[in-house]
Amino acid sequence: MSLSPPPFSVVSARKLGLTFETNDGPVHALSNVDLEVRKGDFVSFIGPSGCGKTTFLRVIADLEKATAGEITVNGMTPEEARKSRSYGYVFQAPALYPWRTIEKNIALPLEIMGYSAAERRSRIERTLDLVNLSGFGKKYPWQLSGGMQQRASIARALAFDADLLLMDEPFGALDEIVRDHLNEQLLKLWARTEKTICFVTHSIPEAVYLSTKIVVMSPRPGRVTDVIESTLPAERPLEIRETPEFLEIAQRVREGLRAGHSYEEQ
Amino acid sequence: MKPDTLTQRILPVVTILLVIVAVWYVAAVFMNAPFQRDLDRRANIATSKPVDFIERTLSQPKPVLPAPHQVVSNVFENTFLRRVTSNRSLVYHAWVTLSSTVAGFTFGTVLGILIAVGIVHVKALDRSLMPWIIASQTVPILAIAPMVIVVLAAVNITGLIPKALISTYLSFFPVAVGMVKGLRSPELIQLDLMRTYHASAAQTFWKLRVPASIPFLFTSMKVAIAASLVGAIVGEMPTGAVAGIGRKLLDGSYYSQTIDLFAALIAASVLAAALVTIVGLAAKIVDRAMGGRPA
Repeated sequence: MSLSPPPFSVVSARKLGLTFETNDGPVHALSNVDLEVRKGDFVSFIGPSGCGKTTFLRVIADLEKATAGEITVNGMTPEEARKSRSYGYVFQAPALYPWRTIEKNIALPLEIMGYSAAERRSRIERTLDLVNLSGFGKKYPWQLSGGMQQRASIARALAFDADLLLMDEPFGALDEIVRDHLNEQLLKLWARTEKTICFVTHSIPEAVYLSTKIVVMSPRPGRVTDVIESTLPAERPLEIRETPEFLEIAQRVREGLRAGHSYEEQ
Repeated sequence: MKPDTLTQRILPVVTILLVIVAVWYVAAVFMNAPFQRDLDRRANIATSKPVDFIERTLSQPKPVLPAPHQVVSNVFENTFLRRVTSNRSLVYHAWVTLSSTVAGFTFGTVLGILIAVGIVHVKALDRSLMPWIIASQTVPILAIAPMVIVVLAAVNITGLIPKALISTYLSFFPVAVGMVKGLRSPELIQLDLMRTYHASAAQTFWKLRVPASIPFLFTSMKVAIAASLVGAIVGEMPTGAVAGIGRKLLDGSYYSQTIDLFAALIAASVLAAALVTIVGLAAKIVDRAMGGRPA
């Protein structure tokens, strides 16, 4: 790839496209996506289903291959970035292995990447503390609530110190109360660890509350319709969601979605 | 014992058992009656009370259908009252059959796992091997068993190994099919997770596919061990094996020793139940160790 991304760029996409060949003809999951994610950004991707937000995340993670355009992750191709373990991925479901305890689940990537037993021990302690699950290490996944399971899966993604965290609707299956709480915790965690986070969601308040940058996407073909730089302060109590500034950003997100025909009957 | 165990579990089973025994007695009387009438006529017992007649039908030495108590006393006698080395001891014959069952089951399980690993990892094997494996089970074992035993005897392999091979033939199949399913059971999301870690194929195999397949392995092993026992018994029949439950069954039918025949059947079913139970217990212990949720 002959592309030189700007300094501090973590993800850089130029004219990125991805077309799935299906029996019903080609499906344009992504088309002409230009995007820059800087180091330390918290970027949310929002849009209706089929807008390609998850697909874009999977392209960054090298779980899908782009069919057009260029993309770099930490200045490398996504494949090189994956092979150098540059990111941690949090899926929609916790995807914990049911035969492993929580601490063994967190140890999984560490085992695969060849960390020593002592190093694993200390990293398990540290990440369990980061997600407020200290003392639950010996439990099996089924003994934990859905929210706790998803926190454990975040701990697993943090365990090996990748600077980039990719999160694909991690709280989508949880109820709103648990979700508010986890959003607050996630912001604290982001401030503490200084990671770069790419976060897929279909909740407007969640996107506005969490992000420094909101990428509004729309379907058929999947594309970016607006990129909003948040003007909210770094310190964000839950009450910030009642402020005019917050509502103004939410309004702009809604307009972006409308401009992409996301509200029309499909 | 939990209070509901008695009514919920034991009572229904015992009820059915009592029904079976009752039907069996009635059937025994009817099936043995013609021969008993014949005997009575020859012995000039002109008339007798029905109760006496029924009692005689249930105590013939070689009845068409032996009565349950005759079978039970035969099983008891040949299990507990004989030296285990005696040729008449059921324990001795069961031991002979058990050893080839276990040997065949072990080979079969290992073979089944190896085949499954091959099928899951090599696309060519998936296409080429699977149809043959399924075809192998459509050939009746009764047709193959004598061939295996005769061919191996021709090259001086006799005794345990030929019988164990027949058990292997029957038991590798459920294990292979179950393990293919088990090794492919991890969800896409779990496989994607391994990919994000840049895990090697070997790591994905040992840390994901193998643990995910364990419940499938035990389910198929339960089927396989019962099939192994059938294989061992069938293997004892065609060539006049000197010992084993198959031999007892054959003797029973050759010499009309119906009581012995039924006793051997009982021994075979007790053995099968015990083997399946042992595999089931092992499954439970392993499941608990792997964090299984208590039922």
